[in-house]
Amino acid sequence: MQQADNPKWGMVIDLDRCTGCSACVTACSLENNVPIVGEEDAGYGRGMHWIRIERYWEGAYPNLTARFRPIMCQQCGNAPCEPVCPVFASYHSESEQLNVQVYNRCVGTRFCGNNCPYIARQFNWFGYAAMMPEPLNSQFNPDVTVRSRGVMEKCTFCIQRIRRGEETAKALGRPVLDGEVEPACAQACPSDAIYFGLLSDPQSTVSQLSRSPRSDVMLEDLGTSPRVIYLKAGSGAIQKEQP
Amino acid sequence: MTADAVPLSQPQVYDEEEDPRQHLMLDPRPREEMNSMVMEAMHTTTREYWIVVGVLTFLVVVCLFGAWGYMIATGMGVAGIRRPTMWGIFIANFVFWIGISHSGTFVSAILRVFKAEFRRPFTRAAELMTTFGLAAGVMYPLIHLGRVWVSYWIFPIPNQRQLWPNFHSPLVWDMLAITTYLLSSTIYLYMPLIPDVAMARDRSTGWRYKFYRLLALGWRGTENEWHNLRTGINIFAFAIIPVMFSVHTIVSWDFAVTQTPGWHSTIYGPFFIAGAIFSGVSAVTMILYLIRATMVNMKYFVREEHFDALGKLMLIFSFTWAYFYFNEYLVEWYGGDLAAKTVLKAFTQPPYGWVWYLMLFCNMAVPWLLLWNKRVRRTPWLMFVIGFLINIGMYAERFIIVPTEISTNRFPFQWGDYYPRIELLISIGSISLFLLLYAVASRLIPLIPVWEVQEGQLAHSLKRFGKHEVATKSELE
Repeated sequence: MQQADNPKWGMVIDLDRCTGCSACVTACSLENNVPIVGEEDAGYGRGMHWIRIERYWEGAYPNLTARFRPIMCQQCGNAPCEPVCPVFASYHSESEQLNVQVYNRCVGTRFCGNNCPYIARQFNWFGYAAMMPEPLNSQFNPDVTVRSRGVMEKCTFCIQRIRRGEETAKALGRPVLDGEVEPACAQACPSDAIYFGLLSDPQSTVSQLSRSPRSDVMLEDLGTSPRVIYLKAGSGAIQKEQP
Repeated sequence: MTADAVPLSQPQVYDEEEDPRQHLMLDPRPREEMNSMVMEAMHTTTREYWIVVGVLTFLVVVCLFGAWGYMIATGMGVAGIRRPTMWGIFIANFVFWIGISHSGTFVSAILRVFKAEFRRPFTRAAELMTTFGLAAGVMYPLIHLGRVWVSYWIFPIPNQRQLWPNFHSPLVWDMLAITTYLLSSTIYLYMPLIPDVAMARDRSTGWRYKFYRLLALGWRGTENEWHNLRTGINIFAFAIIPVMFSVHTIVSWDFAVTQTPGWHSTIYGPFFIAGAIFSGVSAVTMILYLIRATMVNMKYFVREEHFDALGKLMLIFSFTWAYFYFNEYLVEWYGGDLAAKTVLKAFTQPPYGWVWYLMLFCNMAVPWLLLWNKRVRRTPWLMFVIGFLINIGMYAERFIIVPTEISTNRFPFQWGDYYPRIELLISIGSISLFLLLYAVASRLIPLIPVWEVQEGQLAHSLKRFGKHEVATKSELE
C-alpha cells in the first residue's frame, strides 16, 4: 500500500492540562466557518461545534472533581462513517491519511452521523451561512468552504493548515517541522493541552507523548483506530496503567 | 326406525357453526352472477365515497406534498431531528410501510404456493397493499434526504461526473432491493389481474372499455393463454418469496451493520421479517373489513372464515415476533455490552417509556388474550380493532428502534430526546396517499380475483355419502 509512506497526522490531548475553558471551541468555529445556529436550535441539540468539551463529575459532593474531555472527529483509520455513505461523500483520503468529508458530494442521508460512535458529525439543518447578518459574513475564513444546507460536516484537523504547512515546506525544500502545523484548537489552547504533529515520525512530540503510559484512545474496543490520543487525567491514571 | 334417523331424501340440517356452505368455496354461484356482482361493486360510488376521496386528496396535497415542499424550500431543520438522533420517524415510517408491503406477497405468494384455499378471494386486496405500501414507503428515503434534488447520485447511472455509488453502503443495497421488490410485486399484482380485467372489458363501455382493453393485453381466455398465465404466476409466486425475505432483511441491515449500540444485532433480519408479516397480515385484516363494510356484494366474498384464518396467522406471528424481540434482550444481557444494555434499559424510561409499554400491550397482550377465541376471530369489526391495535404496536416498535434507540449512545453527554415536528404532517399525508390510491383502485380494477374464486369453487364440492354430505376437493394442477 502506498498509504504507509504517506504522512500520518495525529493529535494528543493532555486531559491533566485541560481546564475546560472552551477556547478551542471558539477558535475552531471561527477558523472553520462553523455555522451559528441560534439560541433555540442550540438548546434543542443542534449546536454545530466541531469540537465539544464534555464535562463529567467525579466523586460525590463535597469531594467533587470536574473532568473535561474535548471531543472532535477522531479521524479514525478504520472509520465507521465511511462504508455507510452511499455516495462516497465520507471517505478516506490516502494522501493525508485523514477521514474527509466532500460537502459537494453529500446528499444528506445522515447515515454517517448515526454510525459515528463518537457523535462527532454535524448536519446543516438550515442554510446558516445565508442567515448570517450583513457585516458578520465578512468574517468567514476564505480558506474554508462555507457549507450549504443539507450536508454533513465535521472536524477536518484543519486540513487547510496542514496543506499550507506542507506547501511551505515543499517550497523551502525541507520536510515539515514538528510543531509547524497547528490546528486552530491547539493554537488557541491557553494551557497547551493539545499537541498536533506527525504520528508517522517517531521523534515528533505527538509520537513521544503517544507512547506515554497515560496514553489512551476512546472506544478502542470498536477497532476504529483513532488518530486522537488522550493522556489520562488524575493522580491514579499512571499507576493503574503500569503492569 | 330409531329417533335420530334422518330420511335419505331430506337435506342434512346443520348448526350454523358446522354448515359447510359458510365456506365460500362450497357456496358456489353461477359465473355470470358472480361477474356482475364484482362489476357492480366496482361501479357503485356513493356520495360518502367521493367525500372520502376528496378529503384524502386534500390531505395528500397539503400534508404530504405541501409540507414536504416547505421542508425542501427551508431545510431539514423544520423536522424534529437533532444531533444524536439523525434519523427520526421518517425512517420509522419507511420501515413501517415496507413492513405493510409484505402482506401482499405473504398472503398471496406463500399461501398460493402452499395451496391455502382461504386466500382466494383476497389475494388481490393484499397485493394492492404491497404495491401501494411500497409507493408510500419509497418516498421516505427521498423525503429524509438533506438534498433531495441530488438524490439521483445514489443510483448507478453512468455519468461525466465520474461518480459511482458506494456499494458498501446499506443504503445502496436498500435502493436495489426495494426497486426489485417494487417491480416484481407490481408484475405479480398485474399477472393474475389480466383475466379479471378482460372480464371487465367485456362488460364495459366508454373510457372504461378503453382502459380495460389496454390492461387486458388482448386476453381471450384460450387454453394456451391460461397455460402461460398459470406458469407465469407459478414462477413468480416462487421467485417473489426470496425477494420478500431479502427486502426486509436488507432494510434491517440499515441498522444491524452499524456500530450503534442496540442496532448492532444479528437478530434484526428474522426479527424484522416476523414483524413485517405480523403488521402486514393485520393490515390485510383491516382492509378486508373496510372492503366488506363499504363495498356492495362483498359480504359474499369476504366471510368470517377469512377473518378466522387471518386471526390465526396474526396469533402465530405475534408469538414469533415476541420470541425474537426478547431474544435480543437475552443475547444483549448475556453479551454484557454496557452501551447496549443502557440502550435497552432506556426504552422503559421517560419520555418514551410509554411507547415501549404500548408496544407490548398491542403486540402481545391484545392478540394473546383475544385471538385464541374463535368467536373473536369470527367477528369482523373486532378483528378490525385488533388489527388496528397491532399496527399501532408495530409502529411503536419502529419508533423505538429508530429515534429512541439512537438518542441513547456511548456518550451520556450527547444523549438527546427527539420530538417530531413536521414529520407528523408528512406521516398523515403518506397514510392518506395509501388510502387514496387504494380507494381509487377499488373502483378501477376488480378487487376480487373472480377467476381464482371460480376456479376454487370448481375444485370444491359437497358429495353425498349415505346420510352425510362430505366436502371434497379435486386437484386442478
